[in-house]
Amino acid sequence: MNQLGQPILEARQLTKHFHAGSVMSRKIIRAAQDVSLSLYCGKVTALVGESGSGKSTTARMLVRLYEPTSGQIIFKGENVLKSRSRPAMLRYRSDVQMIFQDPFSSLNPVHTIRHHLKRPLILHKRVSSKSELEYSLGDLLNRVSLTPVHDFIDKYPHQLSGGQRQRVAIARALAVEPEVILADEPISMLDVSIRMGILNLMESLRDEQNIAFLYVTHDLASARYFSDQILVMYAGYMVEGGPSEELIQEPLHPYTKMLLSAVPDPSRGLLTRSDVEAKGEVPSLAAAITGCPFAPRCDRVMPECRVENPPVFQVSEDRWTRCYLYK
Amino acid sequence: MADSVSISKSTAEPEKTVIASRLPTLGWFGQILHSRKATFGLIIVGFFALVALLADVIAPYEPTRMVGRPHEAPSSEHWFGTTRQGQDVFSQIVYGSRTSLMVGAMTGTTVMAIFVIVGITAGYLGGWVDDVLSLLTNVVLVLPALPLIIVVARYIERSGPLTIVIVLSLVSWAWGARILRSMTLTLREAEFVSAAKVIGEPSWRIILSEILPNMTSLVVSGWIGAVVYAILTEASLEFIGLGDPNLITWGTTLYWAQNNAALLTKAWWTFIPPGICIALTGFGLTMINFGIDEITNPRLRAQ
Amino acid sequence: MTQTELQRIPVRDTTKPILTVRDLQVEYKIGRGTCGAVNHVSFDIYPNEIFGLAGESGSGKSTIAHAITRLLKPPGYIKGGSIKFMDYDLMQMDAESLRDFRWRHLSIVSQSAMNALNPVLTVGDQIIDAIVAHEEIKKEKALNRALDLLQLVGIDKERINSYPHQLSGGMRQRAVIAIALALNPELIILDEPTTALDVVVQRQIMEEIQSLQQRFGFSILYITHDMSLLVEFAHRIAIMYAGQIAEVGPSNQIFQNPKHPYTVRLMNSFPSISGPRKKLQSIPGSPPNLISPPSGCRFHPRCELAFEECLIINPKLVKVGQNHHAACLLIQEERSS
Repeated sequence: MNQLGQPILEARQLTKHFHAGSVMSRKIIRAAQDVSLSLYCGKVTALVGESGSGKSTTARMLVRLYEPTSGQIIFKGENVLKSRSRPAMLRYRSDVQMIFQDPFSSLNPVHTIRHHLKRPLILHKRVSSKSELEYSLGDLLNRVSLTPVHDFIDKYPHQLSGGQRQRVAIARALAVEPEVILADEPISMLDVSIRMGILNLMESLRDEQNIAFLYVTHDLASARYFSDQILVMYAGYMVEGGPSEELIQEPLHPYTKMLLSAVPDPSRGLLTRSDVEAKGEVPSLAAAITGCPFAPRCDRVMPECRVENPPVFQVSEDRWTRCYLYK
Repeated sequence: MADSVSISKSTAEPEKTVIASRLPTLGWFGQILHSRKATFGLIIVGFFALVALLADVIAPYEPTRMVGRPHEAPSSEHWFGTTRQGQDVFSQIVYGSRTSLMVGAMTGTTVMAIFVIVGITAGYLGGWVDDVLSLLTNVVLVLPALPLIIVVARYIERSGPLTIVIVLSLVSWAWGARILRSMTLTLREAEFVSAAKVIGEPSWRIILSEILPNMTSLVVSGWIGAVVYAILTEASLEFIGLGDPNLITWGTTLYWAQNNAALLTKAWWTFIPPGICIALTGFGLTMINFGIDEITNPRLRAQ
Repeated sequence: MTQTELQRIPVRDTTKPILTVRDLQVEYKIGRGTCGAVNHVSFDIYPNEIFGLAGESGSGKSTIAHAITRLLKPPGYIKGGSIKFMDYDLMQMDAESLRDFRWRHLSIVSQSAMNALNPVLTVGDQIIDAIVAHEEIKKEKALNRALDLLQLVGIDKERINSYPHQLSGGMRQRAVIAIALALNPELIILDEPTTALDVVVQRQIMEEIQSLQQRFGFSILYITHDMSLLVEFAHRIAIMYAGQIAEVGPSNQIFQNPKHPYTVRLMNSFPSISGPRKKLQSIPGSPPNLISPPSGCRFHPRCELAFEECLIINPKLVKVGQNHHAACLLIQEERSS
């Protein structure tokens, strides 16, 4: 997306292989393969996929919870994977933060909200006195609309609702004043009626503070609502990318089409058949796959699809896909 | 807007087991009082602790002095009668509680320190450290503790309470270490640990501040278990004559009772009181443990 | 053997409901007090229909499923109300007759049932067990029925000897549905059957369930929090809030013409994949504490249309359209004016 300028965080050909199994039978789980993406200030990029697609793995590599098997992570022009030293990691962590999926387990049940918000402020030296700390704590809670502050600051996680906990998680991420926030399915475990509140909050953070967001989700509908561009992943590979509305209206990759047809759509009503028949299941990541991983389920499969995994084809200025149909 | 808490298990979110202690560590003690079992246990143990503390005040006689006729039955002067040597059994019990409880508490604490360090280190660091520590744990686990203690006690001439504490501590930490290692492995994968890493917490802080507080109930349980084991084993050692017979403990009182053919002479007051005290203390401590179990696993709570 | 023994359920009087729930009250005794999980809920399910029960956490929808099947565990108990299934009075039956009744006429696929499959029995054995437990039938006949069932739900016949861990999540869920269908019940309760599944597999299973329902004519009580799924698949939907039914009616009416403020806000809070992109809002606040729920209408603290009476009166369901009812004082106000 040329008009956006330079990306703030880039992933270049990130690959993650996990080793599983015993000494007797070593298995390699190819969780993510050759993943490249760019995040821009003030823009939301959605990473969409089902289970086993590699989207969570990608997010965790970007936040350096997992070390990539190969590839580069470029932040503000520099490859951050060069160093694992504590100062380098701490610096990175003050720029790139994460919001986790489960509000019930991403907060430590034995610590108060105050503790959860205090730690990042202290670790990254954002405050230098007690009064500054109190002020910052109040400010953070205000920014995520958890007011009045004294109603929340000394509570324990189990005393808050799911939505409130997720707001605390967002406040914690904001405490370090990050430039990039990676949100790993932040609303999928919340009640339907409060999901939008969290998304709207993130939207306002994006607008007011120009934060770059990566929104990892399996829900295309909310990706359409919240993001500027959508990247679709399947079986560890990125298979399509483009501006959200365009991708939703005119999907290129057969998997994207299948995904779109499968999403529940109330306006579709009863008894209408979907455009692309939902078929088959996602492949296991433990076995090496030759050819395109979607070939077994694809209704437009061609002989060359089974031979080699298609490379990325740039279909237009801002749309690309991994599919031989677009050679 | 009133703070409200959803009551029923949400069906929008998958079942999530709340890890270890559902409650913050401080409000924890108050929770213990909610459990009838634990409160009952606390009362018993508290009673004995008080007796041990106030031994000088409570005991009417010096435990080793001959203050009455041998093998006198319980009377108003000697509530638990006298031993073969004419010593007041009641005073012996009172003073004996001191040593018995102290040995128990010291052993418990030492054992706790060992298994916490070993268990958490093995669980959190993994890799070869885990392999080595697990091997060590498994070896200690299968060691027959009592025979080993007997052999060591035999070897050391005058084995006083300190020897017993050391020996007991060295052989009974393995079970707790296993449990803590297992719990640490689970907690290590918890999302709040990942969140702490992402915020930038160093590993030592994660272990001490994020993981350990979630295991307090296990640690306390382990401590209590070790205390019970120590009290009982110490009494056993002394009973078979491996302690210092000149000390006054519940175990030595039993030893002398047996030595003096108490059963034969039907001097029941010389061995039943110490036996009951040992049993009651163990029982009380175990009740506290049950109470802790109930708190951390609400499904066990009595209806 | 191709002829399946699952017969199409005989057409019965479609104007008479097969399940009638009246004034159901379910409570949970917990440490701090009594939680009123289900509060005077009444609804009917007719033959050959998919009835959706929608709600968020704390709405009471799962509790209703357990209450209807009389599988409620302590500290939950039914405080009052009646549950009638065809000629059976479920509240009066003893444990033995209930066990006999269950599965034959009413089966349930509970949440994450696919994880509740016995890991040491093959899938085939578990289906056969269910059949043999309720019917006097020869083992080979049961086996044939099991094979037919697997085919019906879209599992390869040869998987009959597979263990649950050898099947994917979607397959396991299909197996559980096969078990639920085994005795051709008149009503199947599905409690969040696809929540743990990917959206593509969810679509496959929903379409299979739909075609099975059309083919055999059983009714479904479909419980979920996924409103968009319900609007697509259910004939009628009841929206639950804080243990009560807020609105009930045909699904297209609920979606296009909601009358209860909660339903209106709810329909406005999930993004759609088609149609225009509009700004969405969530509902402020949280579901109420059911130990001491708000006085009057339980939704009033979160409702911007609330007025004084809303704090006093807990509205009953009133008719707002053809087969469409909602429990809101605003509707009654419109009537009287």
